[in-house]
Amino acid sequence: MSVPMPASSSSTLPSGESRLHPFLATRSSLNLRRRLVNALIVLFTTLAALFAAGLLIYLLCYVLSQGLRYINLDFFTQLPTPNGEPGGGMGEAFQGSLILIALASLMGVPLGLFTGIYLAEFGRGSFAQGVRFLVDVLNGIPTIIFGLLAWVLIVIPMQSFSGLAGGFALGMIMIPIVTRTSEDVLRLVPRELREASLALGATEARTILQIVLPAARNGIITGVVLAMARVAGETAPLLMTAFGTTFWNTDVTQPMDALPLRIFQFTLSPYQQQVNQAYAGAFVLIVLILLASLAVRLATGGFKQR
Amino acid sequence: MDQAIVEQTSRSVSRPAGMALSIEQLNAWYGRKQALFDINLTVPPLSVTALIGPSGCGKSTLVRCLNRLHETLPGARVEGRVIANGLDIYGRGIRPMNVRRHIGMVFQQPNPLPTRSIFENVAIGPRLNLGLRGSRLKELVERSLQQAALWEEVKDRLHSPATSLSGGQQQRLCIARALALEPEVLLMDEPCSALDPISTLQVEELITYLKRQYTIVVVTHNMQQAARIADRTAFFLQGHLVEEGETQQLFTHPRKKETEDYISGRFG
Repeated sequence: MSVPMPASSSSTLPSGESRLHPFLATRSSLNLRRRLVNALIVLFTTLAALFAAGLLIYLLCYVLSQGLRYINLDFFTQLPTPNGEPGGGMGEAFQGSLILIALASLMGVPLGLFTGIYLAEFGRGSFAQGVRFLVDVLNGIPTIIFGLLAWVLIVIPMQSFSGLAGGFALGMIMIPIVTRTSEDVLRLVPRELREASLALGATEARTILQIVLPAARNGIITGVVLAMARVAGETAPLLMTAFGTTFWNTDVTQPMDALPLRIFQFTLSPYQQQVNQAYAGAFVLIVLILLASLAVRLATGGFKQR
Repeated sequence: MDQAIVEQTSRSVSRPAGMALSIEQLNAWYGRKQALFDINLTVPPLSVTALIGPSGCGKSTLVRCLNRLHETLPGARVEGRVIANGLDIYGRGIRPMNVRRHIGMVFQQPNPLPTRSIFENVAIGPRLNLGLRGSRLKELVERSLQQAALWEEVKDRLHSPATSLSGGQQQRLCIARALALEPEVLLMDEPCSALDPISTLQVEELITYLKRQYTIVVVTHNMQQAARIADRTAFFLQGHLVEEGETQQLFTHPRKKETEDYISGRFG
């Protein structure tokens, strides 16, 4: 059954027809409805986008308004004061976070990078497919599970919460992120480069170490920084591993503080100053992660130009 | 097993030696797709042999079989023999990287190592494989760049990035990089197809000059180029070697109908 097409046939008529030009014939009631739907969809999607962006801006403003007064030198260099006395900071949390991220990187970066190299360069067939799938699953596992594992494997045998356990939990979270990003960027290195090296009689290992890895360097660094930023904000797996402390501690066999842990503890504090300091810590954490993503943006821009 | 090949380079002072290649019953596959069928071809030493044919005829695959590069692609496979100075490069105990040290290759797209300087690009082969350093390495780099007719253009900026060179210069840099390993054979896979006419002329002159010291196999889709530079020419079609012979002979009196159709421009 054919629908009559108003006006459209008229355009082929030679002249003298009083019918509308087909371009103008869109002004019918049917088309009014189409244009209305179109306008509504544009409106709703724009509103949703504004809401999403506004949420982050509101969050930043709120956190800043609550915590700004407490961000000063002492905040980074002093320990928390007992019983909510004025002053003090959360220096031990910054110290602990640095140590925990370093421990996590020590474990997550080499394991992730080597797995990525394996998948990109050597992994063929169903075994590699299996590894890739498992790494993806690992990436989706709730992070508290890694905390549980660290608790069972390290905290219980050592009979103590420890920085080591926290670093182990965070390191496991880093592995799949570093693996996938390094596999992806290694695959981007053109085959001609590898062949140039192979044709000079270099071994596969040398080709990867001296030609492929340097060519993918920026992308790999990007992946590592993203993974570090990701674990910097992890709280759940640290609750049952690093546990937290309000004292300076560099001994990784002892409980260790971390920025998100301190924010968690202070938010629940009965003292108003500590609640505000929690907001200050949250703001610093957001800014640090924002800076990391910005640095990565700049670096990947440079990577694409290469 | 590689002893014969190894000794060949240690005598590099007593050049020209050149190496003959004899391809026997060579078959090659990409996964299940067969790309070369029972190729038999002899490449005489110190000569230029051109491989011509339409796209997808297997000519590039064949040169990539001559330095065992074909097999590095996932799923790729080779059967048959390639005899180089009496030794089968596909024989037992022969390591591909040793073959590649003596049978150099220049690719279609100039592929200098982008993160390295001009000097480093040429030095990387001898540094990795021969362990050369210091003044001996510098001499070799200079000699290779001179052989590739690039020295005069880059001698004042050896430490600039290789990517700062023009396309034609990059290709001559890649030739210098291959020559720095003092190979017996030089394989060139459409070395001029990414170059402008002037750079093409320079590379062609270079090939004619280099054949006094090297056995050269060059893939080209340009029949005029084959006629200009090659002593012998082999014509390929759909993975088969159709005809092979003196270049002059092949272009003026082809024996096979397919060859005549191709060189007279009736297809391809």
